[in-house]
Amino acid sequence: MKNRIFTAGLVGYILLSSLLVYYFPQSVLAFLAFEASLLLIYYAPVSRAVKLSLAAATLVVVLPLIGTINGYYLEIAIQVGIFVALALGLNIVVGFAGLLNLGYVAFYAIGAYLWAIFGSSQANEFISGGYFPLSQAWFFVFLLLSIAAGALTGALLGLPVLRLRGDYLAIVTLGFAEVVRALVNNLDKPINLTNGPRGITPIERPPLFFQPLLEGLGVAVDPAALYPLYFYFIVLLLLLAIILVTRRLEDSPVGRAWKAIRGDEIAAVAMGIPVVRMKLLAFAVGASFASAVGVLFAAKQVFINPESFTFMESIGVLAMVILGGMGSIPGAILGATAVTILNLQLLKGLSLWLNALRQSGLVLTLPLIGSLDLSRIPSQFEPAKYERMIFGLILILMMIFRPRGILPPQKRERRFDPSTSLRTGKLTTGGDRGEN
Amino acid sequence: MALSLDIFLQVLMDGIVLGFMYALIALGYTMVYGVLEFINFAHSEIFVLGAFVGVEILLALESSGTLAALNPAFVVLMIILAGMIVSGLAAVALERTAYRPLRGAPRLVPLISAIGASFFLQDFIRLVESVWHNSFYLSYPTLSLLDRSVRLGAMVEVPFKSILVIATALAMLAGLYLFVNKTRLGTAIRAVAQDPDAAALMGIPVNRIISLTFFVGGAMGGVAGVLFGLHYSLVNPYTGFVPGLKAFTAAVLGGIGNIPGAVLGGLVLGLMEAFAASYLGILTDGAFGAEYKDVFAFVILILILIFRPKGLLGEKVREEGV
Repeated sequence: MKNRIFTAGLVGYILLSSLLVYYFPQSVLAFLAFEASLLLIYYAPVSRAVKLSLAAATLVVVLPLIGTINGYYLEIAIQVGIFVALALGLNIVVGFAGLLNLGYVAFYAIGAYLWAIFGSSQANEFISGGYFPLSQAWFFVFLLLSIAAGALTGALLGLPVLRLRGDYLAIVTLGFAEVVRALVNNLDKPINLTNGPRGITPIERPPLFFQPLLEGLGVAVDPAALYPLYFYFIVLLLLLAIILVTRRLEDSPVGRAWKAIRGDEIAAVAMGIPVVRMKLLAFAVGASFASAVGVLFAAKQVFINPESFTFMESIGVLAMVILGGMGSIPGAILGATAVTILNLQLLKGLSLWLNALRQSGLVLTLPLIGSLDLSRIPSQFEPAKYERMIFGLILILMMIFRPRGILPPQKRERRFDPSTSLRTGKLTTGGDRGEN
Repeated sequence: MALSLDIFLQVLMDGIVLGFMYALIALGYTMVYGVLEFINFAHSEIFVLGAFVGVEILLALESSGTLAALNPAFVVLMIILAGMIVSGLAAVALERTAYRPLRGAPRLVPLISAIGASFFLQDFIRLVESVWHNSFYLSYPTLSLLDRSVRLGAMVEVPFKSILVIATALAMLAGLYLFVNKTRLGTAIRAVAQDPDAAALMGIPVNRIISLTFFVGGAMGGVAGVLFGLHYSLVNPYTGFVPGLKAFTAAVLGGIGNIPGAVLGGLVLGLMEAFAASYLGILTDGAFGAEYKDVFAFVILILILIFRPKGLLGEKVREEGV
C-alpha cells in the first residue's frame, strides 16, 4: 500500500516537473526540479523494481523528449553522463583502492587522442597511403581498443610508482598527467602526431547505422538533430555498462582486496593479498574507463585540443568523487551530477543574470550602502569562471566536515551470529551498516 | 655553432637565478614536510600571493605618483618585507583553517584539503583582483634601477635583477640557517620535526611551533614571489602552479625535510632546466626544444621518487603506515 502511494507520488512529481520544463523551457529551476526526480526515486521507500523502472522511464523516455524540445538540456545530460562515467572510474582508484590519482585526466586524454588521431585525417601525417579518417564504424572498435590502451598505460604508469607512499604517488600521477599534456601539446614536431595546441578536427562521429531502418519506417531524420540523441543513448549505455562492472567488481574478491588495502595495507599483505598486483588492477580498470569515455568525448566534440585535459579536470573529477563519498557508487553519480550541473547551469545562470543587471543600467539605492550603480559591476567578475573556487571549497569543506561524503558507502557486513548460526550452521548476512 | 662561451655563461646565470628562486619556494615545502610530514600543496599560492602584494604596492605607489620620488632600493626592500609578512601570515591562517582540523587524519585527507586550498586561493586572488582592478593579469611597473646591468669581464652582462635575486636569496638562506640552528625557536622547530610527541613532553608548544614553521616557510615563499615578479614582471593567479611543482621537485630532489637539501635541489633543478631549455634544441637538432623544459622537471621528479625517494641529501624518511 505504502509502496503504491509513493510510486504514484513519484510518477506525479516526474510528470509535473517535466510539464514545468515543457512550459518554461528556458528556466533553470524547472530543469533542476526535473533532475531532482532521479534523486527522489533513489531515496523513496519503494521497491527496487519500481525504482529501476521509474529511473529507466525517466532516463530513456522523458529526458530525451525534453531534450528534443530544448537541445541544450540534452547537451547537459550528455556532459553529466561523461563526468559521471569519469567519476565512477576514479572512484575505483581513489575510493575502492585508496590510491590518490591526481593525473586521471591523462587517461581520458589518451582515449580521446586515440580516436581523434585515427578518426580524422591527422594520421595521414605519419602513415602514408591516405587511409584516414577511418570509417565511422571503427568508432566502436576504438571504443574497445581504448579500454585496452587505457589499461595498458595505467599499468605501465602503475608498475614503477605503486610502491611509493600515498602522497608521493599523488604527486607522481600529477607529474605524469602534466607530461602527457606537454607531449600532446608539443608532438606536432618532429613528426606531427597530435597537431599540437591547434588540436584535431574534424573527428568522425559514430555511424548512424539505424538511419535506413528509420527511413524505412517513414521517419525522415536530420542527422544534425539525431546526433545529440544518439550520443545521449551511447553515454547512457556506456554508463550502464560501467555501473554494472563496478558493482560486480565491488563485491568480488578483487573489490574486497582493494578495500582491505585501503583499510590497512600491512594487514592486507599479511592476509596474503598480492598488494601490488591489486593496486595495478585498480589503476588499470580506472584508466580504461577514462580512456573509453575519452573516445566518446572526442567523437562528440568533433574537435579536441590539449586545453580540455588540464590538471583542473582531474581535480574536478576528484571533487565529484569526494563530494559524493569515496568508495560509493551512488555517491560518485550524485557528486558528478551535482558538480556538473552547478558548473554548467547554476554558475552560468548567475553569470547571465549578472550580465543582465550590468546592462540594465539601473542604479539601486540601498539603505546603509547608498546608491549602487549596477553597470559598474566589474566585467571580469563572472561566476561561471570560478570553477576552481568551487572545486577547492568542496574539497576543503568535505575533508573537514564530512570526509565520507554525502552518500557514504554502505557496508554489507557478513558476520557470524552465534545465536542463530550455531543451530542452523549458516552465516547470517547483516543489514546495511555504516562504515567507520 | 651556438655552443659559444658567452651563451654558456648566460645560461649558467639564468640557471642560478632560477635555482635560487626554486630554492626559496622549496624551503616552504620542505620545512612543513619536516614538522608535519605533509605536502603543503597550497604553498604555490602563498608564493603567488607574495608576488601580488608586491605588484599591488608598486601600482599604488605609481598611481599616487610617489614611486619616482622614493629611493628604489628602499621600495624594493619594502615590497620584499611586505610580501614576506603577508605570505607568512596567510600560510599561518591556511594552516589554522584548512589543515589543523585534520591533524591525525589519514595522510591523504590533509593532502586533499591542501589541493582544495590551492584551487580556492587561485580563484580567490582572481576574484579580488577582478573586483579591484577589473583584471587579474598584472605586470610590475618598471624600476629603472633594476633595468641596469653590470659587465663581468668581456663576456657576461649581469642584470641588476639577477643580482637582486641572488643576493636576496643568499641573505634569506643565511638568515634561515642562523635562525634554525642558533636560536631557541629554531631548536624547537628541529625538535618538533624530529619527534612531535617527545617535543611536547619537553614543554615545547607544538602547535605554536607548527604555526611558526608555516610562517617562516610562507615568508620564504613570499620573498620568492616578489623576486619572481620583479624578475619576470608578469603575474597572474595561476602563475604559481608550475614553479610550485618544480620547487616541490627541488625539495624532493634534495631530500624532503632537509633545509640545505632544498637549496641544493633548487640549484640543481634550476641549472638543469636552464641548460635543457637552451641546449635541448641544439642537441636533438631542433626535434625537441625548450618547450620540453617542464617535462624535464617532472621526469626528474618521477625518476627521483622511484629510485632515490630520500633525495640527494636526505638521510631520514620516517617510515610510518599510510
